[in-house]
Amino acid sequence: MSTKKFMYLNRKAPYGTVYALESLEVVLIAAAFEQDVSLAFIDDGVYQIVEGQNTDGIGMKNFSKTFHALGDYDINQLYVSAESLEERGLSADDLMPLIYEDEDDDWAEKPSVKIVSNAELSKLMSDQDVCLSF
Amino acid sequence: MAEICGAEVDEEGFLVDLSDWNKEIAVEMAKGDDIELSEEHWDVINFLRDYFEEYQIAPAVRVLTKAIGKQFGKEKGNSKYLYSLFPYGPGKQGCRFAGLPKPTGCI
Repeated sequence: MSTKKFMYLNRKAPYGTVYALESLEVVLIAAAFEQDVSLAFIDDGVYQIVEGQNTDGIGMKNFSKTFHALGDYDINQLYVSAESLEERGLSADDLMPLIYEDEDDDWAEKPSVKIVSNAELSKLMSDQDVCLSF
Repeated sequence: MAEICGAEVDEEGFLVDLSDWNKEIAVEMAKGDDIELSEEHWDVINFLRDYFEEYQIAPAVRVLTKAIGKQFGKEKGNSKYLYSLFPYGPGKQGCRFAGLPKPTGCI
């Protein structure tokens, strides 16, 4: 099977709609097929990987912990829109410290999250075989 | 709807309410599959439960295999070993005994 480049675009807040959770489920399923998978967080989607989420008040599952598992699934390209962060008064320090272990570098822990401009993001998107928007 | 030790299970034998789980349920489920749970089984079951607690998902078999090898020694980090414990699949059968949902991506 040939490898294709898949990018999952996450544009919506983590709770209130089912998009964010569905996206993550699809990402994890796709990971089983050993494709080149990357994620992008744009608009309110940046809230999906904000540190310290608490869903006690809304009775929904707090699935933010699951993002920490992505490294184990060899998903280590998480791009975050710098503009979207700034528009919401957020910075890199507000995001979860998501990491992966680099097999080719003696399992050194490396950050998976990269903050990029929208211009860089659109270039990344044009390099993909498939972009799926959630 | 079927029950095991008074806990409701779905048509594939997975717990409907994950909080119902206890060790007796795991033992009963294993008995139903003609398996007597050994210490090695419990290592995997406890690992699965810890993983679920931490990440809110059941790990894919590939991830499970790698992690078991890391934690319990290389000779155990392969699917042959895991299938010897859980002949119906470490993901599917192991997660069922551990009271977890069916792993994401497990068909």
